[in-house]
Amino acid sequence: MKSAVKRRTSAVARSTRSNGASAKPAVALLVGTQKGAWMYHSDASRTRWTVDGPHFLGHIINHVVLDPRDRTTLLAAAKTGHLGPTIFRSTDAGRTWKEAARPPVFGKFPEGWPAYSVDFSFHLAPGHPSEPGVWWAGTCPPGLFRSDDGGVTWVEVEGFNRHPMYPKWGALSPNSPWGSMVQWITIDPRESRHIYIVTSEGGVFETSDGCANWRPLNKNVEATFLPDPYPEFGQDTHCLQIHPQHPDRLYQQNHCGIYRLDRPSDEWVRIGRNMPKEIGDIGFGIVLHPRDPDTAWVFPMDGTEVWPRTALEGKPAVYRTRDGGANWERQDRGLPRDNAWYTVLRQAFVHDGRDPLGIYFGTTSGELWMSRNEGQSWTQIAAHLQRILSVTPATFA
Amino acid sequence: MIRVLIPSPLHSYTRGRAEIELEAGNLDALTHRLKAAFPGIRFRIIDERDRIRRHIQFFVNSEMARDLNHPLSPGDDVKIVCALSGG
Repeated sequence: MKSAVKRRTSAVARSTRSNGASAKPAVALLVGTQKGAWMYHSDASRTRWTVDGPHFLGHIINHVVLDPRDRTTLLAAAKTGHLGPTIFRSTDAGRTWKEAARPPVFGKFPEGWPAYSVDFSFHLAPGHPSEPGVWWAGTCPPGLFRSDDGGVTWVEVEGFNRHPMYPKWGALSPNSPWGSMVQWITIDPRESRHIYIVTSEGGVFETSDGCANWRPLNKNVEATFLPDPYPEFGQDTHCLQIHPQHPDRLYQQNHCGIYRLDRPSDEWVRIGRNMPKEIGDIGFGIVLHPRDPDTAWVFPMDGTEVWPRTALEGKPAVYRTRDGGANWERQDRGLPRDNAWYTVLRQAFVHDGRDPLGIYFGTTSGELWMSRNEGQSWTQIAAHLQRILSVTPATFA
Repeated sequence: MIRVLIPSPLHSYTRGRAEIELEAGNLDALTHRLKAAFPGIRFRIIDERDRIRRHIQFFVNSEMARDLNHPLSPGDDVKIVCALSGG
């Protein structure tokens, strides 16, 4: 079955993609929103963008991801306001889409466990480069799923979903605003069997044996909303990033702060304490510089009182550290100076890996922004989209 | 035969058909017949616990049915509704 995808291209600016001006590969941004997906394309200069879409108009698209191993296969995590969840797959760069033959579904749980059904797939992660065709998916309620055939069929990862501790790790309060979920999956680039996942009500979990066994990895991470503020698990880790060239270094943006971990230690350090006090260290996403393990960017939001989760005082800004979190600098040139109350969700803050590094974010108000000088200044690529749930960089074959 | 009225969000599965005719003794059998004819359609309206999804409703003739064991008889109309729920 082909999905009912409308495909049309309208220029937001004149494309330079086809003029052969640059030998470097073109850049694409895959944007998932509350009402569909769009793709933005540019040549390597990243100065002009064309838009392709909407794809899946009206669908809630949590994540759209290109397989970096074949640079052709796309997966999209979708549902609608009425219909249940599924995963769509394209093998022609988004020209046509086909639904997964078996999307993520829970099997039977042991007696006495919650009788969960998958509400939506949230996070999609291509497998390790040594495992072509392998994909991982995180769902709400919290579930970890694996595909071995490029996203056509999905099976549960029973090592996690049936772990004796799963009812406690995964679902302390399934009625949280988005619902408890597996919201990030990070694979050690050195070892396909070494995987980190995060749940929104459990924190970070780690397996070293390809998902058979799991353990919490939350030491020294604060959960101010729980009776014990430093529990073994129960934290809300929004985003977990492993450095690609120095995989012993990890960063997380947490519900309560920004942390760094240098393995083999298992004690996180709250580097967000070094953010300006009036800004704090609450946010959703964190971006790492792929060639410098000491450089990272965050997008702070208001976490006071009733957790507004807006740009602080309506003045959006990115903060950068260049020394592993000891110091932070504000980067807001080009962003609105006032009365901008959006925020940036956890899957909507990314980089493109190029040199100089391009950094991108999509806002809850439907704007797509970029910096082509590592955050020194920002320009708007698009506005008036729907609430942006994810932005994923892509380099098509 | 039973006439099934398909709402527009599911037309991508039925290749645009708004009405399907098939035979089934109850709603559960009807949804499985739909699945056999249009792979993927059942999971969008029935979850893996065989529960009708929260924003989906079935009407048998003019009666709302929340139980997949609801019996069906030849000549019945089954209307699948994407329920209005605000927003």
